[in-house]
Amino acid sequence: MKRDRILLAHGGGGSLTRELIETVMLPRLENSLLKPLDDSAVLVMGNSGYAFTTDSYVVTPYIFPGGDIGKLAVCGTINDLAVMGAQPYWLSLSLILEEGLPLADLQTIIDSVHAAAAEVGAQVVTGDTKVVERGKCEGLYINTTGIGKITVPYWLGSANVKPGDAVMINGPIGEHGVAVMSRREGVAFQTSVTSDCAPLWPLVKTILDTGARIRAMRDPTRGGVAGAVCDIARASNVGIRLFEEAIPIGGEVRGACDLLGLDPLTIANEGKVLVFCGAKDAESVLAAMKSHPAGRQARIIGEVSARPEGMALLRTAIGGERIIDMPTGEDLPRIC
Amino acid sequence: MKTLVTNIEQQARQLGRDLRFMEVCGTHTMAAFRSGLRQLLPDSVRLISGPGCPVCVTDPSYLDAAIELCGRPGVIVATFGDLVRVPGTDSSLERERASGASVRIVYSASDALVLARECPSKHVVFLGIGFETTAPTVAWAIWRAARDGLRNFTVLSAHKTMPRAMDMLARDPGMRVDGFICPGHVSVITGVQIYRFICERYAIPCVVSGFEAWDILKSIGMLLGQIVEGRAEVENEYSRSVGEYGNRAALELMNEVFEPRDDVWRGLGTIPGSGLGIRDKYARFDAAKVLDVKFTEAHVNPLCRCGSVLRGISTPLDCRLFAHPCSPTHPIGPCMVSSEGACAAYYKYERVVA
Repeated sequence: MKRDRILLAHGGGGSLTRELIETVMLPRLENSLLKPLDDSAVLVMGNSGYAFTTDSYVVTPYIFPGGDIGKLAVCGTINDLAVMGAQPYWLSLSLILEEGLPLADLQTIIDSVHAAAAEVGAQVVTGDTKVVERGKCEGLYINTTGIGKITVPYWLGSANVKPGDAVMINGPIGEHGVAVMSRREGVAFQTSVTSDCAPLWPLVKTILDTGARIRAMRDPTRGGVAGAVCDIARASNVGIRLFEEAIPIGGEVRGACDLLGLDPLTIANEGKVLVFCGAKDAESVLAAMKSHPAGRQARIIGEVSARPEGMALLRTAIGGERIIDMPTGEDLPRIC
Repeated sequence: MKTLVTNIEQQARQLGRDLRFMEVCGTHTMAAFRSGLRQLLPDSVRLISGPGCPVCVTDPSYLDAAIELCGRPGVIVATFGDLVRVPGTDSSLERERASGASVRIVYSASDALVLARECPSKHVVFLGIGFETTAPTVAWAIWRAARDGLRNFTVLSAHKTMPRAMDMLARDPGMRVDGFICPGHVSVITGVQIYRFICERYAIPCVVSGFEAWDILKSIGMLLGQIVEGRAEVENEYSRSVGEYGNRAALELMNEVFEPRDDVWRGLGTIPGSGLGIRDKYARFDAAKVLDVKFTEAHVNPLCRCGSVLRGISTPLDCRLFAHPCSPTHPIGPCMVSSEGACAAYYKYERVVA
């Protein structure tokens, strides 16, 4: 069978994306800074550590319930820095605009960029604009790159999680994915779900300020919570067990997932953070999260054990146990 | 929930033999795995997956035909998402799309109809697969297209109906089924009595079940209860949605547009009267006729055991391709692709236990 072209599913953030990175990118580009494949690269200059990350945004529609592509592009990059324990300082903004894009839409989106960056005290300090012919992109695409200064004296990487650690999340999952899907051509359904898109740095700072030793954090975007815990289980070579009953999921998100045949664990979030810390610190970290507006609904949703090595499991509501699998890629709706 | 499980344990102990219950529908298969309920059952009660996953039972020759269609100039193939990744003889709709073919994912036949209206210069072919649950919606789209005189919309129908397939399985001497867990949503359309002949002819109890974990557990308990009491009847666990006689309007619409015909099921072969062909009255919406589609024998990996998995004879773990090399990332057979396929369920949720 021919497998010589990029499929949409290669961009889904699941196992096909990983395969692309492992077979095409790493063999050609490998170096010690790239290799951990964390949300940001960690650069050491003098006595300071910096996190450095980049991300492109191609969401359609570019304005969705709860946000737009500008807010998303800033929050996504800020969050990739934040989960490495870095305070975001400087951002780049590269725009690819489609001929015919309403100027008013662009103004709205750039206002969102500014507002999201200002919320964490970050600035857009460099940028680029290109315009392509009508039909060559859908409205606009954005790339952002971010630099942040690491505020903790240790490494927050996905390989640091240890047996006995607790797993926490700051609120209900699946909202961004469902909000965007609800407006997508061909799916449109009525829902009041809005995207959870938000900069996580203020919450992360509150967590770090407790002084508890955090092992790892991850913002579960594409691939959802499932993709994130699979990644971390693999990188740390531990078993991660989540408790279905403890995972906060809103009624409308659950309903939409049932309708479309999707697993809420695989749906994208843009304002959620998974936090891994030692069990003895769990309560103080949880209390800190709950004290922050972005963490009011925080919960402990799982625990880490030595086995099964490199896998994530779900303890189901009725008392069974099943694997949490790395999503393959593009989410497909079910048909009956 | 505990009471349901205790009840099952008691009845299973009382019967003192191994029992095999087939969940006919892929949605049940997925629910059983996702909720982890299989591990709550006593060892003597086994759930086996049946042929109720529409993508899985679709013959590969149909996929080859769809792949050929999407390469024709001016044709847009509109399909449910589950089908795009299923491999045909040497490609898939997903790969063809990456190479520039017009393949659009839709969520219903009426979306395909909208697409046809929006693209009057193109011909939209909707890939009509699925059972009694989906067929009425496709019938509606065809009926509507006829009413509005639409000229650029056709359906390549591979719709199937469930009872004939269950008849074939019940008759198969190679397999033993002690009870059928029947799909609740099929009965929402058809009513519950379509399975009565299975009970009467083969003395196999049937329970029409909902899709929550507790629905399935309750249905298993009801099947065990029938066996304990020596009964074989159709019982309705899903009475909150399913009436005795189904949805008359949906059935009439289905009957207006479709007629029974012999159809090929992957793994089961040709089952007389088990398919839904488009009636001559609506022939101008039949893609097979309008676009002169040729179905030729497809070549599939000879090691793939999707066929016997669909008959409940093998479990996915019996297949030499399972997990390596056949996985959701690189599927070889349809049961690994479909979100309701038994192989995908085993791979996703139970490969550690295996």
